[in-house]
Amino acid sequence: MTFIGKDLKVVGTRPIRPDGVDKVTGRANFGADMTMPGMIWGKIKRSPHAHARIKRIYTEKALSLPGVKAVVTAADFPDIAAEEAFAGEAIMDFRDLSRNCMARGKVLYDGHAVAAVAATSPAIAEAALDLIEIEYEVLPFVIDVEAAMAEDAPLLHDTLFTQGVEPKPSRPSNIAKRINFTKGDVEAGFREADHIIERRYTGKPVHQGYIEPHACVAAVAADGQCMIWSSSQGHFMVRQYCAHLLGIDISNIRAMPAEIGGGFGGKTLVYLEPVALALARKSGRPVKIVMTREEVFRASGPAAGSVVEVKLGAKKDGRLTAGEVVLKYQAGAFPGSPVGPGCMCAFAMYDLPNASVTGYDVVCNRPKVAAYRAPGAPNASWGVESCLDELAIELGIDPLSLREKNAARDGTKAVHGPTWQNIGYAETLAAVRAHPHWTAPLGPGQGRGIASGFWFNIGGESSAAVHIAEDGTAAVATGNPDIGGSRASIAMMVAEVLGIPVERVRAIVADTASIGYTFLTGGSRVTFATGMAATEAAERVVEELKKRAAMMWEISPEAVEWRDGMAYPAGPNAGAFEPLSLGEIAFRSARTGGPISAELSINAQGAGPGFGTHICDVEVDRETGAVKILRYTAIQDVGRAIHPAYVEGQLQGGVTQGIGWALNEEYIYDGEGRLDNPGFLDYRIPVASDLPMIDTVLVEVPNPRHPFGARGVGEVPIVPPTAAVANAIYRAAGVRLRDLPMSPPHVLAALDKSDG
Amino acid sequence: MPHVVISGDMVRRFTGGEREFEVEATTFRRLVLELDRRFPGLGHQIEEGMAIAIDGEIFQDAYAAPIRPDSEVYLIPKIGGG
Amino acid sequence: MKKYHVSTTINGEPVEFLCEPQQTLLDVLRDTLNLTGSKEGCASGDCGACTVIVDGRMVCSCLMLGVEAEGRTVTTVEGIATGDTLHPVQQKFLEHAALQCGFCTPGFIVAAKALLDENPNPTEEEARYWLAGNLCRCTGYDKIIRAVLDAASEMRREAAE
Repeated sequence: MTFIGKDLKVVGTRPIRPDGVDKVTGRANFGADMTMPGMIWGKIKRSPHAHARIKRIYTEKALSLPGVKAVVTAADFPDIAAEEAFAGEAIMDFRDLSRNCMARGKVLYDGHAVAAVAATSPAIAEAALDLIEIEYEVLPFVIDVEAAMAEDAPLLHDTLFTQGVEPKPSRPSNIAKRINFTKGDVEAGFREADHIIERRYTGKPVHQGYIEPHACVAAVAADGQCMIWSSSQGHFMVRQYCAHLLGIDISNIRAMPAEIGGGFGGKTLVYLEPVALALARKSGRPVKIVMTREEVFRASGPAAGSVVEVKLGAKKDGRLTAGEVVLKYQAGAFPGSPVGPGCMCAFAMYDLPNASVTGYDVVCNRPKVAAYRAPGAPNASWGVESCLDELAIELGIDPLSLREKNAARDGTKAVHGPTWQNIGYAETLAAVRAHPHWTAPLGPGQGRGIASGFWFNIGGESSAAVHIAEDGTAAVATGNPDIGGSRASIAMMVAEVLGIPVERVRAIVADTASIGYTFLTGGSRVTFATGMAATEAAERVVEELKKRAAMMWEISPEAVEWRDGMAYPAGPNAGAFEPLSLGEIAFRSARTGGPISAELSINAQGAGPGFGTHICDVEVDRETGAVKILRYTAIQDVGRAIHPAYVEGQLQGGVTQGIGWALNEEYIYDGEGRLDNPGFLDYRIPVASDLPMIDTVLVEVPNPRHPFGARGVGEVPIVPPTAAVANAIYRAAGVRLRDLPMSPPHVLAALDKSDG
Repeated sequence: MPHVVISGDMVRRFTGGEREFEVEATTFRRLVLELDRRFPGLGHQIEEGMAIAIDGEIFQDAYAAPIRPDSEVYLIPKIGGG
Repeated sequence: MKKYHVSTTINGEPVEFLCEPQQTLLDVLRDTLNLTGSKEGCASGDCGACTVIVDGRMVCSCLMLGVEAEGRTVTTVEGIATGDTLHPVQQKFLEHAALQCGFCTPGFIVAAKALLDENPNPTEEEARYWLAGNLCRCTGYDKIIRAVLDAASEMRREAAE
């Protein structure tokens, strides 16, 4: 059943989230807040080298320290055989994952885990780390992407042969994969062009920067049954990955969802959980491991750094005739940068008759990248959206008109093949044109930029259970950690279907033994896919309620109507009965057949793609090179905002991460291949005083495949900001910045150069 | 008969570079089986690594996804997300 | 390691604890006293998730030793509400949807209360600079600042009544 276009009472309002009070009073339990009887503390010994062979690990001294209960190394984990690596990004290579959690044979980056210890106090565990001695043979290393692609670069993996080139290479390389998408005739397209522009844009790796460091507690019973409490974007993922890495039956692991203190993609895999399990197994005690902030930066996934080469051809009127993009993405220590989606996102917003996009997935001696909000898209759009702006300037066309002229619409064929349908990109451009921000006057030294962004969004496997209590209140359980208010959106959809106030529906996150399998919280899928499961479960409950009312009235269930939480006779022919409330039916449920509940497991399809366009005003301080964001408006097609305040919040948060990416954030390595800025003092994320209010416009082009028309909203907003800021800086200060971050020293250098 | 295009060039080693096929299939499952019959190993590659876009709509891991005789069918890399 | 005996007042209650000399106040709050509302995001005073009020001053509890709490009065996020009545800052955070993951929220609640105790009528800019030591990665601060300013105006209204 669809609720699109219906008069809704709950969806679209802004109730207080069900878990809100716990989170403002300090009662909510996050990853590090769990304590178990007999629990001891784990710590991880990490590599000080960017690349080295592990010759020997001496653990005896550490083990003899009083209070130390266990030490583990790679020898305590199964040596997982190489698996086929596939074309997509979604596939986890468990051999790589295992070696990322605990180095085997070689360390591949500064911070790579080499051993772990568990002891009766954090201080003893820390002291024991110093007693573990490791003999290394230090190897040459390579940090930057193009250096890693060079013929004579130090090799990370001598078993890595570039996929996607023919014939199969005879020598190993750091280029894990080459991928290409082509549409039309690119050479002919450039011949048709009146104007061709060719530029190169670079970016450094940036970290997701969740404020909560990774944390977990693991316990193993004598019969092999395991419990893991951890902060992750998916406890079913934790269960699956730990089972695979340690050779444990999935049924022997129960994973409990802690509250999660931010993830943004960075908690879609495991780092600590398998290590804590191995330590717990060896020591017989529950083991807690919490990363320090330094460990988070050195050893958990940043987003890929990249080099992006863009060539665009256009007619004088701005109509694009051809485009060519080359993406070189750093994967870090193991293959698997998001270059595939990057390739598909590069031109996704445009109706381009001829295009070629080529991507390279490149390993180097840095931590393995993890997903980060629209993984791969910001890098590609940084290049394409900047280059479009440069093209607009050279053609003398305003950048909004240029985008309007070339925007993908329903029926446009994307460069990666499919024909778009039900997309709202042009609607976001129309909203920019209509917005007062677009025409607001600017002061001297100020400039305005725009840029757009795209993300696919995904559906996937989700389970939800709706239970009606004896008094007619309801509980809805799902398997997705609530990372940004999804308990609220799920409860609202259920309340809407049941026809009761949202305060009478309580949403919980159930552990892996208490609800059906649910894919992780990521890809902007929870409100879409899990919301779909919860909505359909609630609809089944309503069908059941109608049956129960029919039984009480002794009429046919088809003759019962459900409205506003009450059963009504469908018409005069159904009989003259007083309506029955949900509470009255629930109270008598034993007499009419038993408790009323429904659980539904689905694989949701039809996630609607998301498009957004942002307007950014900046002021550039010519003395210091500092860029101040004066005003920012994010406009996005959100399908249908279930809880508009949390949708706005997704946009505002994504924009702010994008502004950090644009202006300050970067991984800085020293000459020895060691990370130089593994802390929030030197890796500077935006703070409150850096920013203005972030205005949002929620464009609603309903997604016909979702009962309420919802699309994923969380990822798109991080895509436009880097280019929007650069485009604004150009108009404010007359300098074009093509290397991220646009931090004061870089801006100042560009200003000095332009001043000659 | 549905016209099927494999986007990108990641399956070259199975098909020898061929990317467009006419395949008699009414579902994603039938399509995978038929392509695997023609190019042994390709079916597994598609199932594990690729999503299917049928008339513009993306399906992932969905055997039953329906394909009409005049459907536009693209196989693209699977999508994840943050 | 030898432990030291510390007498202090936390959230209005007299509290005594034993702690090792290197333990921070945050370690003691979380691991000894089970007051896990204060969070550790960095252990270097950069993120503000561990913010508490000590003798009326806002401090990062990760930068203060447990033994330094001797004789002092400490307020943590657990002590901001009065019984089951939320502090206006807490209520406004809920109404404005000023949290997403909620991990930085305890630090923001304590820091915002400290701000309003000192300056009942802050400008937006004053609020932004006061809270610049509290990192939030989810919200972009927009709704947090609105919640704090709204709480300030509500508290002024209440004080005027």
